[in-house]
Amino acid sequence: MINIEIDGKQIQTENGATIIEAAHQAGITIPHFCYHKKLSIAANCRMCLVQVEKAPKPLPACATPVAEGMKVFTHSEQAVTAQKGVMEFLLVNHPLDCPICDQGGECMLQDLSVGYGGGHSRYHEEKRTVLGKDLGPLVAAEEMSRCINCTRCVRFAQEIAGQMELGQAFRGEHAEIMSFVSGTVNSELSGNMIDLCPVGALTSKPFRYKARSWELSRRRSVSAHDSLGSGLAVQTKNNRVLRVLPIENEDINECWLSDKDRFAYEGLNTSERLTSPMIKKDGTWQEVEWQAALEFAANGLRHIANGAGAEQIGALATANSTLEELYLLQKLMRGIGSQNVDFRLRQSDFSADTKQQGAPWLGMSIADIGKADRFLIVGSFLRKDHPLLAARIRKAVKKGAQANIVHSVDDDLLMKVAGKAIVAPDALVETLMQISKALTAEKQGQSASGEAAAIAKSLASGKSVAVLLGNFAQQHPQAAQLQALVQQIAALSNGKFGFLGEAANSVGGYLAQATPGAKGLNASAMLSSPRKAYVLLNVEAELDCANPQQAMAALQAADLVIAMSAYKHHATEYADVLLPIAPFTETSGTFVSSEGRVQSFKGAVKPLGEARPAWKVLRVLGNLLKVEGFDQDTSEAVRDEALKGVDVTARLNNAIGGVEAKAVAATKGLQRVSDVPIYATDAVVRRSAPLQATTDAAIPQAWLHSDELKKLGVQAGAAVKVSQGQGSVRLFAAADDKLPGGVVRVAAGHAATAALGAMFGTITVERA
Amino acid sequence: MKNLIHFFKSFLLLELLKGMTVTGRYFFARHITVQYPEEKTPQSFRFRGLHAQRRYPNGEERCIACKLCEAVCPALAIKIEVAEREDGTRRTTQYDIDLTKCIFCGFCEESCPVDAIVETRVYEYHGENRGDLYYTKPMLLAMGDKHEAQIAKDRAADAKYR
Repeated sequence: MINIEIDGKQIQTENGATIIEAAHQAGITIPHFCYHKKLSIAANCRMCLVQVEKAPKPLPACATPVAEGMKVFTHSEQAVTAQKGVMEFLLVNHPLDCPICDQGGECMLQDLSVGYGGGHSRYHEEKRTVLGKDLGPLVAAEEMSRCINCTRCVRFAQEIAGQMELGQAFRGEHAEIMSFVSGTVNSELSGNMIDLCPVGALTSKPFRYKARSWELSRRRSVSAHDSLGSGLAVQTKNNRVLRVLPIENEDINECWLSDKDRFAYEGLNTSERLTSPMIKKDGTWQEVEWQAALEFAANGLRHIANGAGAEQIGALATANSTLEELYLLQKLMRGIGSQNVDFRLRQSDFSADTKQQGAPWLGMSIADIGKADRFLIVGSFLRKDHPLLAARIRKAVKKGAQANIVHSVDDDLLMKVAGKAIVAPDALVETLMQISKALTAEKQGQSASGEAAAIAKSLASGKSVAVLLGNFAQQHPQAAQLQALVQQIAALSNGKFGFLGEAANSVGGYLAQATPGAKGLNASAMLSSPRKAYVLLNVEAELDCANPQQAMAALQAADLVIAMSAYKHHATEYADVLLPIAPFTETSGTFVSSEGRVQSFKGAVKPLGEARPAWKVLRVLGNLLKVEGFDQDTSEAVRDEALKGVDVTARLNNAIGGVEAKAVAATKGLQRVSDVPIYATDAVVRRSAPLQATTDAAIPQAWLHSDELKKLGVQAGAAVKVSQGQGSVRLFAAADDKLPGGVVRVAAGHAATAALGAMFGTITVERA
Repeated sequence: MKNLIHFFKSFLLLELLKGMTVTGRYFFARHITVQYPEEKTPQSFRFRGLHAQRRYPNGEERCIACKLCEAVCPALAIKIEVAEREDGTRRTTQYDIDLTKCIFCGFCEESCPVDAIVETRVYEYHGENRGDLYYTKPMLLAMGDKHEAQIAKDRAADAKYR
């Protein structure tokens, strides 16, 4: 710690800090543009010039380290003259088109020019013009003349997003920000550049000209699209969500937000929204009153329960339903005598259910992930499934941590990967066994060679090891074995292990007891041995289930399907009654993030049309079915009931026992490897037009190793027929030489592949 | 003594004569009563009457939908909706002024960066039905088109004081 003085205030600060950091700690603001606490120092805007005693010229506060006894003056005559001079130069080429600029009202340049700008301009020559750029469907860069060349966006892309997608070309007056060879910005974190841009050069394309910043009201919410639990500031006007911004929280999302969280709101008010309850009468859909629809649903359920038996009723929910919804759904099902309730729709191996001690979770806090120095990431499309966790791990790797990957695909993680084993899905278990064996050997001082041994070596040399299971591993047919092996590896390397978590409430579902009891059927069993009636919460069966073929067959054969959904979708093909429910911005609720953080939120806007919060719908259904304990007035009451006496931290436990890992014989033929594309994970995201226009939302292709393509006699780019079970789809073949042999990568969760079967298993590809 | 002065004052009808002097002076002075509507008072070029929306000489509407007038309006009389026009410019799709709310403070004109919304010299207007004084964008533009010459002259006269 050293002592300095800023504006006469004595400040103690860390050695190595810069003047601007010390000043911010002490609550003194220094005007700045290019400086950002999360980015490297560029010192190119010169706005933060301050006077330092004994320095002949003003110094940039962002790039000057503090020294013992330093005396800094941020508002002295010299400092202010310098700052005003810089501002005059910045405004020389700025178009001053604030009245039509979307940044107007929340612009750093506008704010600071009030304090440091001149009343009139001394510059009468022509201003420079920079042509607008097309950076894709999310970031608007139409008015690049506004750019003050602070390079925050360039540094963000390079340092946080991991890929230098923007750069500053040319020099001096001709300097401009552009993408490489007129490419678009494809990063899954690109929206953060909009927040970072201190002027209106990079703005949000979907939000363009929608509203001025002062018209919007802010509501606090929680991300419903991934398991991180990012804080959202949902900005609304006239009962409509117009924009979503991050709420800063160093322990969760820092000051970032993934594009999925930021732009998903565009899917909230589409024409596909279900706005009134509907009943199928004689094969046609009719809009009815809530009372009629609820009574129809309740009578149907009562009829099945009294006739065929309650165990013939199954309830399926997605893991992005709120804790309250999941709790009431299972309470309703148990109340009418059925144990069949589940929210893990894409999971295929449920054998861990009885062997696991608690709710599977991240195994550590999100902040701890940034502190780990060795990672083993098993079966995760990390960048796409967990964009901000990937950024956190990337930051750790930049500081010297080692990331190791065991997976069936080798996507570029935009970070240095120390060791990786890319194997077919059926060899994942074996690979982990090898790593475990190599780790034991490593401990005894023997060293071997090979991928597994290299990973083991990396893990053994770490002080703080994090072993993480991704969505792919969780959906794997031998998920329980993978979990047991990972537990073993974590124990051998004195580390922690956990699940990255698929959706916003993957942990909350367990806490809400929305899992089948010992006698109940899990999500997979409910569909493989069809029930007579189903209650669906938020589910789009053909997209959300592990095996869409099986799911659709079961639902179509059922006597009664009650679909609670925010959207009209293919449920019209199999459902008997559609109940419109509110998506996360229109209902209050709670999500439990993968690190076990319980976060409640309120609705930001009123539900659209006749839609109602699902917890209210379930409560009324409970009343109609005369089940006890459905008299909660608020979602808080439901939450408190659900979590009453539940020690959340104690319930979180990944430990598993009694699972024996057994390598399976290699399958003959091709195996399917399927990811759920980043913008196909849930109903809202699927309907967000700007997200669907990104390259990440392109129509899935059948990716094969070029050797496999050769074997099939198919050229990359040619159409192929991909079949699984009774269904087949026509896709374009594409070559990915990083894939292991014997696998086809075909995305799930997308309408183009919904006719296929399970996410894992054999699949055939033939020339179309 | 006091009583004596009072006696003479009332006896000689001094107060009456004083009053009659004032009456007499005004009887012969220049008349200031304006015979409205045949006659009208002179107006300042800063007169704040009925609103109008202006166009550029090429016919393009000036308003760029920055919403500053909406934000500054103390009576909340202005309502604006924005959209991007086909040519990519920022334009209003709705621009309404509720004249029954308006207090004619002139802040909207003051705040306008492009001199689009102005208050004209027109003060003779009325509404017969509820809603007649709810001026929409076409009505405001028509006002502007009709009085553009006068508006431009007034702005030019005021320019040197700004």
